[in-house]
Amino acid sequence: MSNRYTATHTSLRTAGIMVVFTLAFTAMMSQTYRVTRPAIDASEQEQKMRLINDVLPPGSYDNALLDDFVAAGPTPELGLDRGGRIYRARRAGVPAALVFEAVAPDGYGGKIQLVVAVGADGRLGGVRVTAHKETPGLGDYIDPRKDRNKTRPWIGQFAGMSLVEVAPAQWKVKRDGGVFAYRIGATISARAVTNATGRVLEYAAEHRDALFAASTGSAI
Amino acid sequence: MNLQTFRENAWNGLWKQNTGLVQLLGLCPILAVSTSIVNAVSLGLATVLVMAVSNFAVASLRNFIPYEIRIPVFILIIAALTTVVDLAFNAYLHDLYLVLGIFIPLIVTNCIVLARVEAYAAKNDPVSSTVDGIMMGLGLVWLLGVLGGIRELVGSGTLFSGIEMLIPGLSPLSVFGDDYPGFLIGVLPPGAFFTLGCLIALSNRVRTRAAAGKPARAASDGEEAAPASAAP
Repeated sequence: MSNRYTATHTSLRTAGIMVVFTLAFTAMMSQTYRVTRPAIDASEQEQKMRLINDVLPPGSYDNALLDDFVAAGPTPELGLDRGGRIYRARRAGVPAALVFEAVAPDGYGGKIQLVVAVGADGRLGGVRVTAHKETPGLGDYIDPRKDRNKTRPWIGQFAGMSLVEVAPAQWKVKRDGGVFAYRIGATISARAVTNATGRVLEYAAEHRDALFAASTGSAI
Repeated sequence: MNLQTFRENAWNGLWKQNTGLVQLLGLCPILAVSTSIVNAVSLGLATVLVMAVSNFAVASLRNFIPYEIRIPVFILIIAALTTVVDLAFNAYLHDLYLVLGIFIPLIVTNCIVLARVEAYAAKNDPVSSTVDGIMMGLGLVWLLGVLGGIRELVGSGTLFSGIEMLIPGLSPLSVFGDDYPGFLIGVLPPGAFFTLGCLIALSNRVRTRAAAGKPARAASDGEEAAPASAAP
């Protein structure tokens, strides 16, 4: 017992206890992760599906949409600098629509994450904001849940539009010489979403056939 | 634990040592999320849960934690438990998680959790430590509720916006009508500082008054007057 209080003994003992605590709590975390993973994955899928249902009527396609996707690498046209997914809706095997994950990089508070559905005919099914950091009460009307106008939310104006009705050069907010409405005092958020939506439409028009032809889960 | 300790813990947490008004700990998440009542109270409730769990865990393990490495071990325990709470919420209470979820990781950055573990749970039994965690958390909840309410009312003229995500069927109150233009500073970060500053000033006034009133009353009751503390 004479070495009980030596420096070596104390530090070894302390280090040992630290290691035991670290192992025990790491084990607890990884066990929880393992147990909860399936439930979390399921609810994330459900969440994603709910969002897609907002922009694409569930009856307009009959494939398992979330399993039928192309993994896009970094794509500047879609604003994706780390890649994202493009889901493909088909009805009886015939291409019905593409659902893009896209990013408007130039929001007032940084990036605005979007989901954009484009029909096989080039018409927009709809646009939804999935994540943003725009000013609360000012720029956040781009998210229909925050939009004060519940009957005709701002983002609803894109549904049904295509590059035929609005030429790419006109695909801007009115203030920039385009055709789309914006709210005074918060042009930047509207401009970011509008421009990003236009870019997605052009990308869809250009790559539609290649996107539908690519095999499931493949990267482009 | 007896009733006396319970009362003391409750009084400390809810008023005397209120985390936001007196200890001024954990202000970063407080100021960041108190833009509306629902957000603020949601963060508060998540904090209550994490504080109760981590206080309980640390108090139970306190005899195995060497003094020299207590802080790293506390941080390890808090971070691990917060992760577990986060995952469990995400998996089993997903609808609630969509509202509260973004706040749970914020709690790890809240030094009030570490402060209570160090100041209370490390020296007391698990039951009173859990009560301390809950009461400190509830003290934060009511303060956050008031702060969020004022900011929401000033900033957007509503109360309880977002309540429908927490309790379906309820709808927000529009206090000043739909054409209230909004007073943006209420929702922006400076509004948080102004409002909290006013609340602290108000609470200090109440406290000094109470402190000044006590000895006088005690003396009139014929008891020995405690020396009045001059500190504000």
